[in-house]
Amino acid sequence: MSSTNPNVKMVDSHTGTATTGHEWDGIQELNTPLPRWWLVILYATIVWSVGYVFVYPAIPMISSFTQGMFGWSSRGDVASELNALKALRGPMVSALGGASLADIERDPKLLTFARAQGKAAFGDNCAPCHGAGGGGSKGFANLNDDDWLWGGKAEDIQQTIAFGIRSGHPKGREGSMPAFGRDGILKSAEVSQVADFVRSLSGLSTEASFDKAAGAKIFEENCAACHGSDGKGNVETGAPNLTDKIWLWSSDKATIVEGLTNGRGNVMPAWVDRLDDTTIKALTVYVHTLGGGK
Amino acid sequence: MSVKQIQAREAALEQSGVETPLYAPRQKIYPQNVAGRFRNIKWAILFLTLGVYYFLPFARWDRGLDAPSQAVLVDLEHRRFYFFFIEIWPQEFYYLTGLLIIAALTLFLMNAVAGRLWCGYLCPQTVWTDLFLWIERLTEGDRRERMQNADKPWNLESFARATLKHWGWLMIAWWTGGAWVLYFTDAPTLVYELATFSAPFTAYLWILILTVTTYFFAGHMREQVCTYMCPWPRIQAALTDEWALNVTYRYDRGEPRGSVKKAAVLRTAGKPAGDCVDCNQCFNVCPTGVDIRDGLQIDCIQCGLCIDACDSVMTKIGRPTGLIGYDTDIIVKRRQECKPELPVKMVRARTILYAGLIAVIGVVMLYALVTRSSISLSILHDRNPLFVRLSDGSIRNAYTLRVANKYGGAREFSIRLDRFDAAHLEVVGAQKGPDGWPVIKVGPDQTLESRILVSIAADSHPPRSQDIRFILKDLAGGESAVAKDHFISSDEKHD
Repeated sequence: MSSTNPNVKMVDSHTGTATTGHEWDGIQELNTPLPRWWLVILYATIVWSVGYVFVYPAIPMISSFTQGMFGWSSRGDVASELNALKALRGPMVSALGGASLADIERDPKLLTFARAQGKAAFGDNCAPCHGAGGGGSKGFANLNDDDWLWGGKAEDIQQTIAFGIRSGHPKGREGSMPAFGRDGILKSAEVSQVADFVRSLSGLSTEASFDKAAGAKIFEENCAACHGSDGKGNVETGAPNLTDKIWLWSSDKATIVEGLTNGRGNVMPAWVDRLDDTTIKALTVYVHTLGGGK
Repeated sequence: MSVKQIQAREAALEQSGVETPLYAPRQKIYPQNVAGRFRNIKWAILFLTLGVYYFLPFARWDRGLDAPSQAVLVDLEHRRFYFFFIEIWPQEFYYLTGLLIIAALTLFLMNAVAGRLWCGYLCPQTVWTDLFLWIERLTEGDRRERMQNADKPWNLESFARATLKHWGWLMIAWWTGGAWVLYFTDAPTLVYELATFSAPFTAYLWILILTVTTYFFAGHMREQVCTYMCPWPRIQAALTDEWALNVTYRYDRGEPRGSVKKAAVLRTAGKPAGDCVDCNQCFNVCPTGVDIRDGLQIDCIQCGLCIDACDSVMTKIGRPTGLIGYDTDIIVKRRQECKPELPVKMVRARTILYAGLIAVIGVVMLYALVTRSSISLSILHDRNPLFVRLSDGSIRNAYTLRVANKYGGAREFSIRLDRFDAAHLEVVGAQKGPDGWPVIKVGPDQTLESRILVSIAADSHPPRSQDIRFILKDLAGGESAVAKDHFISSDEKHD
């Protein structure tokens, strides 16, 4: 920077325009005044901002803020848009509320609407455990298949969604697999025998040491009460059918032994207090039409 | 100002040592009225194109109760485009692409045949400017009068005339915007709504936008739009060749120019004399202020009005017409060099190519349009889970099927599979037909989404993934559509 006296007005010889006096590598910045229109707009925006402060929420206070003359808020905008959407869906939602589950599945228009609503609600509430498409995972039921521990009719599904399984709700579904091994009801050798017997029910391989008669005896004495003498299960207690190809936890022997030893009893929450009736209905239709319904 | 003039001025300025200004103010142009063949052609085109534009929205076309009855309608709300018997869905917008390609090629072909036919006769900028000039002549008089009054101070009469002119311009501009919005909704209804101030805000906004742009472009900007704003003059200059016909001053006949008397003296003395009497009529009538005698230039939109002006002068002085006409520079030059006359080469590689391409694309589009299906079918395999094992060990895949019925009545379709029999297919919520395949009903001009379940027995040892085809068949008409997907049976990569 060359030494410049700020009181001396520097003038650029080439253009005749005054400079700011700042110099970089021999280049000086011209001091060109702002265009009038630019200044007019600047002052106009300042005036505008004063009005803005009174009309819109603007100044933060200690625990709140100034609300503006018309009480506008962006949250209010969202709420009114949501209400408009609700009003738009209103006729279909009330039609859904009034129709029976069977009616909904017979009416293509209601069915499409219920499935769309159900899909959204499923994504929000059910997908964390059952997967985005209801495909389930180990310990969490696949809702696309035809095996239903507590019944696969639309009404059964509705009750399961509303009140849950082992959820603590008075109307919830109850019944769990006891911990035969941990509680000392069966010895570890007996657990192994009955696990092999369970695998044999659905035609899976058994170990060489497996004694079918002994396994059958243990099964009859301990398991048949819930799972039935034929092992076909019982939807009243949620006891799974042991003869089919679907395994909630896995069909390998170690997993079956684990279940026999420590018991099973995971929880499906009751949704009746969290979701409204129409949403539960839409969810029911969605799950029922995923492909698993009976 | 022509390119030559600008160049000359720049050269002069450079010599004098004064820096060239960065911009030049517009030189106001006062095109004079002219009568003749090309003027009549331009009037005819103006009436035809503006007539179609202003009145087409009111044309009706019966499509039944469920569809609009406007012949040409861009229904943005319901995402349909209607053009007489054609109804285009958003996914068929490639027809518009084809149409745009044909339009571009037609522009190229016109350019290869006779230069700026588009600019001179068909371009909306030219057509509306022509109309606005007509209003200007009606209210403020022809060239001479307007030039005389331009420098005079305002008086009551000139103010009244100017007011009338701008009012006329605004009326046309307003109608231009008004006709535009009528293409997007039922025209008679919208006219009623506009008249009773109950039309949607967007309609008023678009009318305002088009009124303002029409008023400024055709009233005030005029030839500046063509010379400075429009890219086509540049593009066409690069596309053209020496054989394209252009509005040309036949200097072989015209030069040396001079007055009628001077020419007569020269002729009696047996000396050469040109036909051009230097009357400047070609320049006076030019809407872009070009002197055609300076040769081909970028400002010239080739509207042919100078041909009319020159022809009428030639008729008056008893010389043959056609001193200015559609010609090429090659031919004129050969004539001047007294070489044998060359014919106009209309059939050339590029005209054949453009015409051929237009024909091919046109035929392909027409074929696609005539044979297009009124059903559209799409299928989407469930992503999660890809397949489901059922309790008896059989395997099931689920799909989302979307059927669009592009027909003005409800239709029933049966859904079939190839290589799988009816027992394997279930459509959620649909009844089975008499032959065992499910039947779905789709409303007029609507789409329907259905959930489809396909299952195969456990003991069939299916491959990890196999092709599956869904066949949709119209029960009444017999029309069908096919969609392909996969049937997945295992997670394993190798079977």
